[in-house]
Amino acid sequence: MSPMTVGWFRRISRLAELRILLVVVAFGLVMWVYEPRFLKPDTINTILLYLSCYAIIACGMTLLLVSGGFDLSVGSVSALAAMVAAVCMKNPAVPLAWPLAVLVGLAVGAGVGLINGLIVARLGINPFITTLGTMLLCRGLTYIVSGGVGRSGFAPQFCWLGQGMIGGVQMPIVISLALVVLGDLLLRKSRFFRQNYYIGGNEQAAWLNGIAVNRIKVLNYAVSGTMAALAGLIFCSRLNAATPNAGDGDELKVITAVIVGGASLAGGKGTVLGAFLGCLLLAMIRPAISFLPIEDHWEKAVVGAILLVAVMLDRLGRREG
Amino acid sequence: MSDIGVVLQVTGLSKRFGAVQALDGVDLTIRAGEVHALVGENGAGKSTLVSLLAGVRQPDAGRILLSGREVRFRTAHEAAAVGIAAVFQELSLVGSLSIAENIFANRQPVNRFNLIRRGELRRQTRRVMEMFNVDLDPDDLVEHLSAAERQVVELLKALSAGPCVLLLDEPTSSLTQRETGILFSLIRRLKQQGTAIVYISHHLPEVLELADRVTVLRDGRHVATRRVDEIDENELIRLMVGRELRDIYGRGAVVRERVVPRLIVEGLSRAGVFHDVSFEVRSGEIVGLAGLVGAGRTEVGRAVFGADPAGSGRIVLDGRPIWPRRPQDAIRAGMAYVTEDRREQGLYLRHSVRDNLAAPRLERFRHRFGWIRDDRVDQYAEAICRRFRVVTPDIFQIVGRLSGGNQQKVLLAGWVGIEPRVLIADEPTRGVDVGARTEIYGYLRDLAASGTAVLLISSDLQEILGMSDRILVMRGGRLVARFDRREATEDGIIAAALGANR
Repeated sequence: MSPMTVGWFRRISRLAELRILLVVVAFGLVMWVYEPRFLKPDTINTILLYLSCYAIIACGMTLLLVSGGFDLSVGSVSALAAMVAAVCMKNPAVPLAWPLAVLVGLAVGAGVGLINGLIVARLGINPFITTLGTMLLCRGLTYIVSGGVGRSGFAPQFCWLGQGMIGGVQMPIVISLALVVLGDLLLRKSRFFRQNYYIGGNEQAAWLNGIAVNRIKVLNYAVSGTMAALAGLIFCSRLNAATPNAGDGDELKVITAVIVGGASLAGGKGTVLGAFLGCLLLAMIRPAISFLPIEDHWEKAVVGAILLVAVMLDRLGRREG
Repeated sequence: MSDIGVVLQVTGLSKRFGAVQALDGVDLTIRAGEVHALVGENGAGKSTLVSLLAGVRQPDAGRILLSGREVRFRTAHEAAAVGIAAVFQELSLVGSLSIAENIFANRQPVNRFNLIRRGELRRQTRRVMEMFNVDLDPDDLVEHLSAAERQVVELLKALSAGPCVLLLDEPTSSLTQRETGILFSLIRRLKQQGTAIVYISHHLPEVLELADRVTVLRDGRHVATRRVDEIDENELIRLMVGRELRDIYGRGAVVRERVVPRLIVEGLSRAGVFHDVSFEVRSGEIVGLAGLVGAGRTEVGRAVFGADPAGSGRIVLDGRPIWPRRPQDAIRAGMAYVTEDRREQGLYLRHSVRDNLAAPRLERFRHRFGWIRDDRVDQYAEAICRRFRVVTPDIFQIVGRLSGGNQQKVLLAGWVGIEPRVLIADEPTRGVDVGARTEIYGYLRDLAASGTAVLLISSDLQEILGMSDRILVMRGGRLVARFDRREATEDGIIAAALGANR
């Protein structure tokens, strides 16, 4: 157990990310060989934009999965947060200033997250059922709040969030990359966030080790909800429109990406970096399909296949190890 | 000694798991109507052997002969079909189903429409229970049963098929003295019916009491098979370990005037669980807490630690009154708690040794801004592994793959690492082999010598008697007896635990 062994092993212990990184690189290379336009700046930009929405949500989702939780409501929450902010901004009587509207939107996300967290942690109800309920509830509320009709035409400053650029890079990409870097750093190095691995590993043992399990779980759900709200607001800003059916199906895509990136439904495993790579892989599929002689609706099937293969490879890897 | 024919014979059985040769050319002969014990340190190959016999795994080499006919099992199902039943330490019961449905799992009596006949199911369950003098309600849900009762149901499940060979893996680890006695009479009855019983146990006195012959395995090899009336405990240990292990409990430090009690508990009560429990543990002392399963010992331990806070009472630690409402409070005050259930509540089985060791003292690894220094964690983990002689290829090994003894060492070492003022150890050597046991006793002694107050909760009377400076006995939620080490006897403690009248 010399120091040399530790260093060498440390690099190998990033195996989960290494694997997905290799897949992403391989996929990119293969596509590029087949169709050189795949790696042109335009396509890369599209991929990154597509990915940014999911990556933001994935930050919160990774936190949850690592601690053994689960959030099906993110898609609906992103729509609800955006719609509430939109309705506030477009209110004929008292239009809300866009900064306040953004805060309200984020508060909606945090609020729903809080409710999820309290139900799961305090009442001990299965996260799947809980977030399924809030997912449906929020979707319904989105329709109610909006009257079934979308809203559009917001203040230009608000639109900058989604359409603006910093240093030639689009805002959503900047925000998502910043969050991914921050999230990965926190989950990897911060003692507070590292506790999630223990909670996901064995909740009872974590409790006996003095970890404030319930409190952290509630926080995780609140973070997930806030991230979902942020993603919803950014894309509402980008499209300059909030629609009641926005974000439909996002939750499954994000969960798929996070798992492909190395997390486990059982908890205790996973990193934000891995989740990001998972999102990257999934984001590369649609442009790839558009270049290939197959129809667009293959996307869902391909995503599903990737998930199954990823899970099977993970199980095989564990058996040998 | 019955000389009815050999019912089960094994020749040259071998099994390898990766780099580990778990079994190496083992021969074994089991006769009908005998109790054949299998002993050996953890990793000696006992569980592997039993899993091969039960059809859970397939051997790499060797043959298994049942009544002279060679058999090969691809699944446990096939083994069960030829009459080999096994009861493992990990119970296979479904909590949300009834006792009857568990005993006859997949073998329920059905009518011609393949629907379960509930009445008949109940009747057959009652018949099996009567055969073995068990008094439980067949419709009761398994999740409502105590650990010991579940063990009994698991046994009935194996027995209900009328096997000719019964494999038992540590059946008494969660049973009280009384329940063990009932199990033994059950086993003796099976013997008379001609069933062969293979019995794995770490508890050597039990083995010597119950078995007819005993086989010792070491490092996957067969070392010896002896008749029980030709061997004693010391000889068994010598064969198991390969060296003399005198006095595994070690000697306590010379009794000096230990003045200040580190832990004082007064009038601790929780409605319906324990009542008016008062005791103290002094610096450098090991106080043993004995009693039957269900007497409330674990509950008291957890209450003092804040895991399940008590309703009322007083706790004083190093002169300061404290009232831990959750483990965090107790840990901050300097308490450590080694749970009796290391798999479910103590360890992170899917995580590495390093992560497990770091768990109880995550706060100490915090650097500026709350960042963790991973290199410090690695150094700490390596040092602890060396000090506690944890057998593992490196600190990144997944704890679930370690042997029971090493898992327990990791759990204990993690808590010792926080340099606690008080250590509450609940069943610290349950399911641990003799070699690791001796080491654990040594560590507990060292800890006490360095000033920690140790509360040792154990169902192993020998352990309590060998380790404790003072012994407390609980019964029905109350502290009913106190003994000093010099005046304590096994009979005295049992009597107090049972409430027998002198």
